[in-house]
Amino acid sequence: MIDRSLGDRVFNVVNYVLLSLICIVVLYPLLFVLSASVSNPETVLRGEMWLIPKEFNLDSYTKIFQNKDILMGYGNTILYTAMGTALNLVMTVCAAYPLSRKDFAGRGLITGLIVFTMFFSGGLIPTYLLIKNLNMLDTFWVMIIPNAVSVWNIIIMRTFFQQSIPGEIQEAAMIDGSSHFQTLFRVVLPLSMPIIAVMVLFYAVGHWNAYFNALIYLSSKDKFPLQLILRELLVQSDSGDFIKLTSEAGVRLKMSMEGLKYAVLVVANLPMLILYPFLQRYFVKGIMIGALKG
Amino acid sequence: MMRSTDAVTSVSNLNAKPQRLRRLKKSLLLNWQLYVLILPVIVYYIVFHYLPMYGIQIAFKDFIANKGIMDSPWVGFKHFERFFNSYYFERLLKNTILISLYTLALSFPIPIILALMLNEVKAERFKKMVQTITYAPHFLSVVVIVGMLFLFLNPSTGIINHIIMALGFESIPFMTSPGWFKTLYVLSDVWQTMGWSSIIYLAALSGVDNQLHEAATIDGASKLQRIWHINIPTIAPTIVILLILNLGSVMSVGFEKVFLMQNNLNLSSSDVISTYVYRTGILDSQFSFSAAVGLFNSIINFALLVIVNYIARRVNETSLW
Repeated sequence: MIDRSLGDRVFNVVNYVLLSLICIVVLYPLLFVLSASVSNPETVLRGEMWLIPKEFNLDSYTKIFQNKDILMGYGNTILYTAMGTALNLVMTVCAAYPLSRKDFAGRGLITGLIVFTMFFSGGLIPTYLLIKNLNMLDTFWVMIIPNAVSVWNIIIMRTFFQQSIPGEIQEAAMIDGSSHFQTLFRVVLPLSMPIIAVMVLFYAVGHWNAYFNALIYLSSKDKFPLQLILRELLVQSDSGDFIKLTSEAGVRLKMSMEGLKYAVLVVANLPMLILYPFLQRYFVKGIMIGALKG
Repeated sequence: MMRSTDAVTSVSNLNAKPQRLRRLKKSLLLNWQLYVLILPVIVYYIVFHYLPMYGIQIAFKDFIANKGIMDSPWVGFKHFERFFNSYYFERLLKNTILISLYTLALSFPIPIILALMLNEVKAERFKKMVQTITYAPHFLSVVVIVGMLFLFLNPSTGIINHIIMALGFESIPFMTSPGWFKTLYVLSDVWQTMGWSSIIYLAALSGVDNQLHEAATIDGASKLQRIWHINIPTIAPTIVILLILNLGSVMSVGFEKVFLMQNNLNLSSSDVISTYVYRTGILDSQFSFSAAVGLFNSIINFALLVIVNYIARRVNETSLW
């Protein structure tokens, strides 16, 4: 359609301008962090760096890779993310496949049981006491098991099984004498790779970014995930005070600590930063499948 | 979304009990593998979600660790009364509700507007670019977002205060002033979520019948008129559903971000129910009292959801269930 009227043309111009502004507002802080991380920290802290890196250097990154806490946190997070996502995926398939089948008696009851937990929960304290009674406090497992599966993702996957995999194929397999396990592994799963990719991404991002369970349940630092280390570095160390200009050396130290923070932000999001452009469409696909049902 | 027709049929089948049992038996024999598959999931939900619900009873007891949840003595509503009469009650309630309402006022409509705007963009590449950029912050963790706030808003080294000082004003200690807390919370939330939240509306907009637009154009409707009379009514059901979900969680401000942005100096405006439960429960080990506070919160949440859903069904014939 061609926009004929003047009003419509004005609308179009305003629309493009506003959207461009929104892009700048969203993008600028991200680019600033990126540029600040490769600039000389002093220029950043004095407010001389606006967008283009000043006095390019990678000192902050070298320092990060010498920092034991960050490296350990990184290692822990990778482990929690890998193990957690694997368990999430298995549990989601285990729940979604039976719930997607019409011949599964008790389907409504079990769906109700699972969905109810989205709207009402025991709350923080009873859950904490349970974890304590299970002797899971400050263990590796507390980062994996309490979040073994998410209701929302079960619903998304079940919907995919119901709508995107023709029931006739499953029926045909069953008539040919294949069991439920065989149907699941040989027919359903091979046809579900797109949704499995989406699930892996959703769960993995969730694990990578989570800090709540670690904050509540972990006490020994060698088990801390990256986000908790980040919290110490970025949030707790910032008292909001003005820098006390006592000695030249003191200022230097504070400066390099502050400069480090930008690089830490980049490193923490590195996997996301690299993968995001390639994976974006999968994420969107996932949320669409969820939304269609809604 | 969760309109479970299965639940409805199983209820109507209640009076046909023997037949139902027979069916269940047959299904068990035939489909035992399905039950094996779902067993771990059921065990997980019972242990990690329903056992804590059973543990809620400590809100009505004086929890003594070595006696356990079962054998601790009952005390009725003692902990609830203490909470309602405490100095913090009003402050917590006010902060929790205000933060939610401010968030709702901005974070809810902006994605809708963004989706409507994006929907009018004909240049595919520009549209893709805007989407890619605005979705990106969704993937940053709360710790990173709050870390960025601290860095940008630092009174002496942050870029925002450099600008303020360059304009000749005093620098503002944003992160430690109670007056700024809610604004920062809501604006950073809009920044992070607007793109991602717009996806669902974009999906709904893709279902708009193009013939309506053509007919309206021939009748001389302007673009704004067409958006108002065609696009918005089409996505209205989606808006209502999401509004229900949001209103239902007015009393449950997420712990994670508030907690990170909170410090002793801004506590008067940043203390919410969930952070109070964490402080009194996990840090001070007043398990029964904090469980009571948490339960009070969950019950209100649940009631709100049911009420809002009821109203929506009455008014709009759109509801969650």
